[in-house]
Amino acid sequence: MRTRFIVDKSVGYFLMLMALTSILAVFLIGFFTLREGLPAISEIGLGRLLTGSVWRPGLEEFGLVPMIAGSVLVTIGAAILGVPLAIGCAVFLAEIAPRWMSNIVRPAVELLAGIPSVVYGLFGMVVLVPLARKVPVAGNSGFGLLAASAVLAVMILPTITNISEYAIRLVPREYREGSLALGTTRWQTITRVILPSARSGIVAAIILGIGRALGETIAMIMVIGNSVIIPRPLNANPLTIFLSQARTLTGNIAVEINYATGIHESALFATGVILFVLIMLINSSARAIMRERTR
Amino acid sequence: MEETTGACRLRTIGYKLWYGDFCALHETTLDIPSNRITAIIGPSGCGKSTFIRTFNRMNELIPGVRVAGEVLLDGQDIFRLDVVELRRLVGMVFQKPNPFPKTIFDNVAYGPRAHGLRDRNRLAEIVEKSLRSAALWDEVKDDLSKSGLALSGGQQQRLCIARTLAVEPEVILMDEPASALDPIATLKIEELLQTLKKDYTIVIVTHNMQQAARVSDFTAFFMTDENRSGHLIEYGPTSRVFTNPREKTTEDYISGRFS
Repeated sequence: MRTRFIVDKSVGYFLMLMALTSILAVFLIGFFTLREGLPAISEIGLGRLLTGSVWRPGLEEFGLVPMIAGSVLVTIGAAILGVPLAIGCAVFLAEIAPRWMSNIVRPAVELLAGIPSVVYGLFGMVVLVPLARKVPVAGNSGFGLLAASAVLAVMILPTITNISEYAIRLVPREYREGSLALGTTRWQTITRVILPSARSGIVAAIILGIGRALGETIAMIMVIGNSVIIPRPLNANPLTIFLSQARTLTGNIAVEINYATGIHESALFATGVILFVLIMLINSSARAIMRERTR
Repeated sequence: MEETTGACRLRTIGYKLWYGDFCALHETTLDIPSNRITAIIGPSGCGKSTFIRTFNRMNELIPGVRVAGEVLLDGQDIFRLDVVELRRLVGMVFQKPNPFPKTIFDNVAYGPRAHGLRDRNRLAEIVEKSLRSAALWDEVKDDLSKSGLALSGGQQQRLCIARTLAVEPEVILMDEPASALDPIATLKIEELLQTLKKDYTIVIVTHNMQQAARVSDFTAFFMTDENRSGHLIEYGPTSRVFTNPREKTTEDYISGRFS
């Protein structure tokens, strides 16, 4: 009796220790990134880092605006391409597909989440970049925001699809029946009752997808071109901005960290801190939205 | 059927229903008269909800359901009608009040809007008329932009009735509409039924035999036993079924000798 009690207790403590370890990992990563980034933040200043439009480490110019623009634009592109696809997929899985079919489609979508991102990069290089190059605009190399957005759209698909499908399935069956019983079509029921009722869950799903998009690194390096420029339209058509090359915040760190020293290295760590805070904000806002829903 | 008077609105002829291989409802033949309240009574699992969900083909939402026999609405085979049109003609109020998470106005306007009505004034008229018919207007007229979910249970159920009336059905099906409500709210719904039957044909499933006796003109008694799942035992004018049942099973059930 007594030994059993002791075993029970110690298993409890052991498991708690494991849980604390993962929290400790988050804390340590945050702490060391911040420690390494602090010299740059104090010397250059957060303001100049965030608003400077020139990144030329050799000349001690550390403006992150080109990379911020690159990250933001590629994420917007990925959302434009990926969100409708993902929500369509979620509606299909939750509302339309018979069980046997969703049992095939769902694992296939989930498999997308398991593909290493370097493989996405390879696919982007051999398929999407050549495709993007076919758009006949002067200065279009194929490498750039369009190809990167397309790769990213597929990468965030499983996140958004999974969570949205879950949110749609949580909509009470009574709403669905109540709507159909009024003589509405299935499509009307989906667009007028089910999607509005699942809205907060779907918004949270999109935000989490965006968080994932902002953090993606290697696949972006492989297809986005990595030029340190603020993306601009290649001709009079503003949409050609997506044919411009760019560099993401994450890509900037990965490309330069191998040879960076001194303040340059610290500036890259500071970029890491900015990303860390940004993604923490994004995830917690998604969490807050979801919590609001379940209440 | 000899007892039904007036025009018959709904009729089932040898209607049967299976869930997969399980026959949930055995051959049922009965006529439901127009502008009357017909109550469907019987113990749990006797197929009364399944039966009522036949008339707006809600059973089709469940995979694996098969039916046989005929079901007629005003002489037309409902299985040949467009299901969306059928459900406009045959409205339904559910056991648990299920207003949409929208405003009171939008709840009532939902059906007409889905059917293509855009004119604001016309919508406002329909909303007011429907809420009045559902005896809810006086309680909510100052606050139509409040969420339907903010109302009390009884009010929510009357909102659902108003929502159903707004699409101008001919028949209203009610699946234990008061079972989730307190006695006062129940009484309000029962009073409402008496005014609604002037304009609509009402079929109501109820667990509560006093309620069936109080509100209905005709009563159909369904039963289930070891040998047969849901089947119709007796059907006739409520006063006759309750005071002078023809079947021993009916008498036993009504006098409370079964659960």
